Amino acid sequence: MSAHPLASIREVGRYALFVGRLLAETPRALLRPGLVVQQVYNAGALSLVIVMLSGLFVGMVLGLQGFDLLERFGSEESLGTAAALGLVKELGPVVTALLFAGRAGTALASEIGLMRATDQLAAMEMMAVDPVRRVVVPRFLGGVISMPLLAAIFSLIGIFGAQLVGVQMMGVDPGQFWSQMRGAVEQADVMEGVIKSMVFGLSCSAIAVYEGFHAAPTAEGVGRATTRTVVLSSVMVLLLDYMLTAVLL
Amino acid sequence: MRSNKAMEIGTGLFVLLGFAALFFLVTQITSREVGFGERSYRIGAAFEQVGGLKPGAPVSMSGVTVGRVESIGYDFDTYQAEVVLRIEARYDRIPDDSDAAIYTAGLLGGQYVGIGPGGSETFLQDGDRIEFTQSAIVLENLISKFLFSRAEEAGAEEME
Repeated sequence: MSAHPLASIREVGRYALFVGRLLAETPRALLRPGLVVQQVYNAGALSLVIVMLSGLFVGMVLGLQGFDLLERFGSEESLGTAAALGLVKELGPVVTALLFAGRAGTALASEIGLMRATDQLAAMEMMAVDPVRRVVVPRFLGGVISMPLLAAIFSLIGIFGAQLVGVQMMGVDPGQFWSQMRGAVEQADVMEGVIKSMVFGLSCSAIAVYEGFHAAPTAEGVGRATTRTVVLSSVMVLLLDYMLTAVLL
Repeated sequence: MRSNKAMEIGTGLFVLLGFAALFFLVTQITSREVGFGERSYRIGAAFEQVGGLKPGAPVSMSGVTVGRVESIGYDFDTYQAEVVLRIEARYDRIPDDSDAAIYTAGLLGGQYVGIGPGGSETFLQDGDRIEFTQSAIVLENLISKFLFSRAEEAGAEEME
């Protein structure tokens, strides 16, 4: 991190300008969907296994902890509601974003950073190909599109994980589990999760491509860019989560 | 640009799975019927007040789940709630003068229908009705009754 206060302010400004440029280039990038689809595969489809596995276990832990907590109040039947609301509104978007930063964000940052280090980006510029348009924006959009879908899959698998533990192992009544959940969870709750995951996807992807694009063109620089991506993304996600929750609740 | 079949299938699968998950989350309020595999029969019951009873809630006898609430409707002829109970076929010896009441599982728990057996020799068949029903207890009514009675007592004491 920069020690000089002015340097920090300048860094923030560079971030803002870069995100503005990404957004300005987005409509044109969508005219070449092939590039974006490739990145949806890299960022989304390849993250599927880790997201599904994590969702299952987070849901199972919720089932276990939720059951233990609710049993003390004699209302184990509310387990479905508790697990679904917890997953859809909070854990789904946040944990998926953290996993996304670790799995896809690092890949993005190191890939672009390595392109910079091996002068591939410079070569593109020589051929009058804008590397931001050709390389950075499709990767950014791939991440933005993937995040909400990954978060939805995470939440869904998590609910089934909670059901697995709560109903199959702990003996919560399945009718109560589903009917109470259905009665209490509203579409606004699901939308809150979707909005959160969209914002997280935007910020995680933007951080990853920025760090990669501005990495020092050395092995050390690529490594530092990758680390910064994870650290910055995680902190941003948790910070944004509080603010979004306060606004959306 | 590298574009192979596996990548396209993977991407398609991921996008479809994502939207399917989203769709399920949005519609889960009404989707996924809690059915049961075995055969079952339906009996009806009219309640003055169903409180927080929901379709899918258990129907129990002496604490054993014998069926589920299938649907809850409102009957404008009798101005009562019409509840359809789906009972598993193996519990086929419920006397036709049994009574049904709506109870709450725990203080904060969900509500369920409890059936108390009667003494009749004939049993409920598919399409029959339970005549004796007891409404759900609405906590607010109970509290207000209690408060009013206390206030009355206090008022009476003052008069003396």
